[in-house]
Amino acid sequence: MSMPMMHPKRKNPILRTRVMNLPPSARGRVALGLTAAAAEGRLMLQVCMRCSAVQYPPREACARCLSPELHWHDQTGEGELLAVTILRHSNDLYFRERLPWRIGMVKLDAGPTLIVHLHGDVGEAPSRVRVGARLDRSGQAVLIGFPEQEVPHMADDSVLRDMTSDPKFRKVLVTDGKSPVGQAVARAMVKAGADIVWVGVAEPWKKPPGFDELLALPQVTAVPLDVTDSRSVQTLGGELGGKVDIVVSNAEVHRNFGIGSRPGTDSAREEMEVNYFGLLRLSQAFGGALKARAADGPASACAWVNLLSIYALSNFPPHGTFSASKAAALSLAQCLRAEMRQAGIRVINLFPGPIDDEWNQTMPPPKLAPAAVASAIVKALRDGVEDVYPGEVAQEWLERWRENPKVLERELALGGAQP
Amino acid sequence: MSGANKPGQGVLAALVAALASSKVRVIDLTQTLSPEFPQISLPPEMGQCWPFRIEEISRYDERGPGWYWNNFSCGEHTGTHFDAPIHWISGRELANNSVDTVPVADFVAPAVVIDCHDQVAQDPDYLLSVEDIERFEQQHGRIPAGAWLLMRTDWSKRRDPAAYQNYDETGQHTPGPSAEAVRFMIEQRHVLGFGSEAIGTDAGQGFHLRPPYPCHYLMHGTGRYGLQCLCNLDQLPPTGSVILSAPLKIQNGSGSPLRVLALVEASQ
Repeated sequence: MSMPMMHPKRKNPILRTRVMNLPPSARGRVALGLTAAAAEGRLMLQVCMRCSAVQYPPREACARCLSPELHWHDQTGEGELLAVTILRHSNDLYFRERLPWRIGMVKLDAGPTLIVHLHGDVGEAPSRVRVGARLDRSGQAVLIGFPEQEVPHMADDSVLRDMTSDPKFRKVLVTDGKSPVGQAVARAMVKAGADIVWVGVAEPWKKPPGFDELLALPQVTAVPLDVTDSRSVQTLGGELGGKVDIVVSNAEVHRNFGIGSRPGTDSAREEMEVNYFGLLRLSQAFGGALKARAADGPASACAWVNLLSIYALSNFPPHGTFSASKAAALSLAQCLRAEMRQAGIRVINLFPGPIDDEWNQTMPPPKLAPAAVASAIVKALRDGVEDVYPGEVAQEWLERWRENPKVLERELALGGAQP
Repeated sequence: MSGANKPGQGVLAALVAALASSKVRVIDLTQTLSPEFPQISLPPEMGQCWPFRIEEISRYDERGPGWYWNNFSCGEHTGTHFDAPIHWISGRELANNSVDTVPVADFVAPAVVIDCHDQVAQDPDYLLSVEDIERFEQQHGRIPAGAWLLMRTDWSKRRDPAAYQNYDETGQHTPGPSAEAVRFMIEQRHVLGFGSEAIGTDAGQGFHLRPPYPCHYLMHGTGRYGLQCLCNLDQLPPTGSVILSAPLKIQNGSGSPLRVLALVEASQ
């Protein structure tokens, strides 16, 4: 088993903060299929539609029969570790800073032979392993050989911890600590071993149920943060930016209006002000500080989580202006990801279906409990994925959207609102 | 130019001289507009008044090398503000009921200040009563027609926004006038309007009075005005001050943030 990670020592403040040297990130267009799957935590390989060969590395045509008809399919990753070697020298800056580095050759039961990074709990060859795809610090897919069976403290392995964003021993900012989701996320972070959880408080004169109990947790500290107020965001960024390792941008406004059901723009503007401009303000105030600390030891800055909505993919007309604000936020989150990726910070987008809160009161179940949203966030951080669609509704919408976005749009417009 | 007074000898000249010699002092009754200052909160399904927000346009930087300036946004009822009769449904049909049409002479008017800060220290829901007004008049004389009636509560000294808003599960707890006192002010004393240090002219629990929000309903229904989020009322004499309260000239505006100033004579 992996040695459980010990609490990192305090940083020596007279030493320079190391900067991030990213692992090699160049990939061809075809190879990005592997990355797209890894972004959701899946291992997918190309399968030839004509001769059924499973192939790796990804190519334009089947290496066996030259057919261009290749489809990406999920793989179990089970296979045989054939050989292990230890890299003791590398001219690549990322690996140079992390030597020695174990790599192995695995023959998948499905056919192809792969070179993979090895989890510390994988022993010598020959042995059975399970290959998984993960995003590395450059945001590109890499293959990792895991032990066939789960072992304790697997997440603490140094290879894995470098690629994931485990909240353990990290400091987390939850931008809205008062909402049901915010409270659940804060609690989940504490449970996941976060050192400090700062929870943002806007409009301090409004106190929701459960908030005092949350603040009673020793790891949790309330901080003034109103994402509609640039000065408030900048002030907190100045105060805490250099300490926050994980930002959970969960502040949102959700109203149940389309275009015709609400005169004027006030509630739509409120949604945009929080859901879109709030994210922009936060990104400007905290993004730079996170990027600067991406290689700051074993509890470095590592991730940014956005609470979006499955409605960001396709407008849900009864919640039309909310959908539009989340679509805007998704677009901005992609920009944020592009900027943060260059520094080695993971941006995770969460696309939940209806959450069981005040603003979905009239929605029929299934609805996602706030605690389920929180678990999905912690799991995403631990698994190192980029895109998460928690819950049945989100999964079904995603499937339908991938199948045919136009059909989904038309179904939603016809009032076939809920899948 | 015609007039009884020679230049330099009229009332205004006397006022200028009094200001220069501090015989008349100017007191600021205005809260600073800042993002932290709370705005009135309605149930979340209703339309909301915007809080004060400010964004830099440039600050001697690449966005504008030689100048500093900001854009700001707020509602008509953000910060220290003026309520025009059109603000309430009861005043919607009156003539000259919006901030751009209210007679400008009303923006310069005398004030009386009724001190309720002891009562409010005991009871945040304190309602100014007819008896309070009558007791005031026994000491300071009858309230002149066309004067502001300002309720001093020292509520503005609550600098913490949560204490200023003072919410609990049953809503807001801030002082204001009783419905009977509002009627008395209007019908018996013909006041120009009512001014308060709390976030509204009505008490926090004013929705439960009869009629609901009496100060808004009755004052605006009879063409009176409101001032709220005032401060420094403890620096005003009970009688004898003059209030300058000109709102922004917003077309058909229901109210406006404004700078409220008081002129007071130095005590002898």
